[in-house]
Amino acid sequence: MIKKILTSSYLGLLLVMLYAPILIIIVFSFTEAKVLGNWTGFSLKLYASLFQGGVTHSLSAALWNTLIIGLTAAFISTVLGTVAAIGIFNLQQRAQKAISLVNSIPILNPDIITAISLFLLFVSVGISQGYTTVVLAHVTFCTPYVVLSVLPRLYRMNPSLYEAALDLGATPFLALRRVMLPELKPGMISGFILAFTLSIDDFVVTLFTIGNEGLETISTYIYADARKGGLTPELRPLSAIIFVTVLILLIIINQRAVKKTNLKTT
Amino acid sequence: MRRKIISFFGRRRTWSIPYAIFLLIFVLIPLALIVYYAFTSETGGLSFENFRKFMQHPEAINILIYSIGVAMVTTILCLLIGYPAAYLLSRLESRMASLLVMLFILPMWINFLIRTLATVALFGFLKLPLGEGALMFGMVYNFLPFMIYPIYNILQKTDPNLIEAAQDLGATPRQVFFRTILPLSIPGITSGIMMVFMPVISTFAIAELLTINNIKLFGTTLQENIYNGMWNYGAALSLVMLVLIGITSLLNTGSTAKASEEGGLI
Repeated sequence: MIKKILTSSYLGLLLVMLYAPILIIIVFSFTEAKVLGNWTGFSLKLYASLFQGGVTHSLSAALWNTLIIGLTAAFISTVLGTVAAIGIFNLQQRAQKAISLVNSIPILNPDIITAISLFLLFVSVGISQGYTTVVLAHVTFCTPYVVLSVLPRLYRMNPSLYEAALDLGATPFLALRRVMLPELKPGMISGFILAFTLSIDDFVVTLFTIGNEGLETISTYIYADARKGGLTPELRPLSAIIFVTVLILLIIINQRAVKKTNLKTT
Repeated sequence: MRRKIISFFGRRRTWSIPYAIFLLIFVLIPLALIVYYAFTSETGGLSFENFRKFMQHPEAINILIYSIGVAMVTTILCLLIGYPAAYLLSRLESRMASLLVMLFILPMWINFLIRTLATVALFGFLKLPLGEGALMFGMVYNFLPFMIYPIYNILQKTDPNLIEAAQDLGATPRQVFFRTILPLSIPGITSGIMMVFMPVISTFAIAELLTINNIKLFGTTLQENIYNGMWNYGAALSLVMLVLIGITSLLNTGSTAKASEEGGLI
């Protein structure tokens, strides 16, 4: 009994520590004060001005850029990574090892090394930095995760399934589309989600590859904002919305997973 | 039939070529560029000038040593706080555990700049001064989930029969922990250390925000040099960091591959 209380109080304390800053942001998103920490009465004004645009035009532009870059990078990484995983799966062991090693470099490298190396690449080649370079950079650090989430599906797949499809007269392309892709789909979906979240959360690589043409994502916007000395008040409701959305999504995923395991065990 | 399958797989192998080319252009060549820039002077031509500058520049060396110190303290704190949490989580009933683990991971889905600014707000709210203490809190706050998750993952997969066997053979709870559970969880600990130590050395922005620009970490030095157009010197500093990371990974030999596979957050 005492053990149980100690357990829950330790975990509870840690969770309080982890959530205190987020809670403060959420609480103070419901007041108008410019400076975080001042309470000037309940108000939804910040939420209203977040959705009206106007004052926060550059913020909503940054939000759109973040989403567009995230979706583009996640889409390209998923296609590139899935094709690559199928290729890698069929390579000889030695080539497989070599490419897996290089594949793990962007995962193990700290952001800033990836960022500087890509920055040097882009300036050496002389491409002007902007959308294209950011997307390419994001694809670089997202694709390895897609490869890692698709490969296990390939290893788990029953190879007789193709044989069966081919024996029954399917062309290799048809066998790929009707037999292989459905098997890979869960891996592709989790790869896509992972790539998207990595992309929208990225700051360092984006900062180095975004150029200085005025293109901003949420991260670089916040960074520039924080350097100027404060947090644009509208970022509070935005963070609150992002947080609650993610919370709800994760709870749904979790519930579905629990249901699935329950179905399997019964 | 056999030939059909062989040709089917034979052609699939070529699917890895686009990604191999992509990795060459966006991973290997950029890393080679860091080395190239590091060993050339501003005017071009092979030189060790950048490294000489680094050795004669006590400020940069001090920042590097300080950053390693911050990273070590952060890693130790995360381990001391995170291990008990991971252990307690792994003892919980599975449904409760998966919910709590999700709660521990959730804050990571918030942009780390927003999280850091929220920490700044928390310190302001509690009327605590910003500085070294805030920096350590912010680092532990940002990286604790990266320590908890891999350790939890390993502990959860540990065969409970081994623990029971130890108990049956007369081990005291203490012996059970130090002789059975702890050794079994070492892969989780090493991947946790990798996932905390390396990113901390290279962070930038967190330190400036939490210490009002009073403390600079190595990542900031890197970024400032590149931003001020000192690409060669910046590349040399990046190379120093790469070597440092190489050494850390070698010290954790074997666990790196595991860290990327099992330590992944999805």
